[in-house]
Amino acid sequence: MRTQIQTSTQVQGAEKLTNEEILRYSRHLIMPEVGMEGQLKLKKAKVLLIGAGGLGAPLGLYLAAAGVGKLGLVDFDVVDFTNLQRQVTFGTSDVGKPKSEAARARLSNLNPDIEIAAFETKLTSENALALFKDFDIIVDGTDNFPTRYLVNDACVLLGKPNVYGSIFRFEGQITIFGIPDGPCYRCLYPEPPPPGLVPSCAEGGVLGVLPGIVGSLQAMETIKLILGSGRNLIGRLLLFDALEMGFREFKLRKNPNCPICGDHRTIHELIDYYEFCGVRGEEAPSPDLKVPEITPREFKARLDRGDDLFILDVREPHEYQICNLQGKLIPLGELPRRVHELDSSLEIVAHCRSGKRSAEAVEFLRQAGFRKILNLKGGILAWSDEVDSSVPKY
Amino acid sequence: MAVKVLIPTPLRPHAGGIAAAEFQAKTVGEALGHLTTEFVDLRKHLFTQDGKLRSFVNVYVNGEDIRYLAQENTPTKDGDTINIIPSIAGGSSRAA
Repeated sequence: MRTQIQTSTQVQGAEKLTNEEILRYSRHLIMPEVGMEGQLKLKKAKVLLIGAGGLGAPLGLYLAAAGVGKLGLVDFDVVDFTNLQRQVTFGTSDVGKPKSEAARARLSNLNPDIEIAAFETKLTSENALALFKDFDIIVDGTDNFPTRYLVNDACVLLGKPNVYGSIFRFEGQITIFGIPDGPCYRCLYPEPPPPGLVPSCAEGGVLGVLPGIVGSLQAMETIKLILGSGRNLIGRLLLFDALEMGFREFKLRKNPNCPICGDHRTIHELIDYYEFCGVRGEEAPSPDLKVPEITPREFKARLDRGDDLFILDVREPHEYQICNLQGKLIPLGELPRRVHELDSSLEIVAHCRSGKRSAEAVEFLRQAGFRKILNLKGGILAWSDEVDSSVPKY
Repeated sequence: MAVKVLIPTPLRPHAGGIAAAEFQAKTVGEALGHLTTEFVDLRKHLFTQDGKLRSFVNVYVNGEDIRYLAQENTPTKDGDTINIIPSIAGGSSRAA
């Protein structure tokens, strides 16, 4: 589908390029597909990036470098050390700073001629429409289902294109939603998976280069929308598999029964997306299990006393290699068929990284008849904080 | 009638870690039936308790969404490829 984005209001001074800008964009200007006309379209364009992290990094860098006149960055997170493996806008000295502000500083150094608006705020049903209103294109690079549906619905309600990208380990999905004649995210996925069924990047990991590739593809599609050139991804879902090193393409259709963009829509305004996704509070994707616990300090005191405690580690083998408490390793997923390896007469302390998986293990084992079993509260992370800082956190 | 089923990364832990499997099947439903018989753990990720395909899992035959073909009764022939595409949300940033 060929689509050209109408830029709504003028970015100041976007009628012509200065001599410095002509020099800066000369490799664009000498291409007939961009030229002066295309570069001025870029200068007039206003693009809002939802998320300044993994996907947001290449997006921000390339769109700023390309001369998109106004870039908005929505992110409320702060830079931490685990981000630096893939969020290449940030340097080590940015750790602890708000991402939106650190990205704004980096991008305005890259291109001082463009306007960059940093929104250090959570995107919510209350502020999304007002935020999106001033931009021509919305680019979704968030990390959770509630925000994905929120961005989709707000784009559909406003009729603005949503350049969508998402990643998991070695795989990426890229497409464009939200164009009035094209499909939306709900046409593709009417409902989100129940919490806990699909792991997040924080739980499942992601290869650092992957968001670089997927975010760059989103940047390319954004620029093509602005220029109105080429064949874009509206109605096509592009799948990238880095391990296989290949792309696959799937046809997307507008669902006539879609609740927000179909013929008889039932959604006319933004809703509560945490409720829709079955998530209550962003830090608690699944309800906390109430199981008997032991704090790291109590656990340490009992080990020092010489109490006979059996340590059960329910993480994965590759996590055990990072650090361990010399427990017996039985990954949570293998527990049902390996339960016979455990002696229910012993007192067992189960642990994982954060205490979440081991709570499930404790619940499972209690139902299997184990009575003397405790969950290490806060897992290895809390152990490292409260007892032994030589154990690395990951 | 060998049909290839490609298994996406997020579901591989529930399918013994494999990326693809081949089955003799005349329909999409038959192929997915074989798959979830071989990997029982996968069933709850693909189907609801009353046996319907979950709404966050899309199934494609040769690039076409089976929702717009004959759903699970979509016929398959030798050499067809079935893709299972679940929704993934990762983007490694926190805007909300």
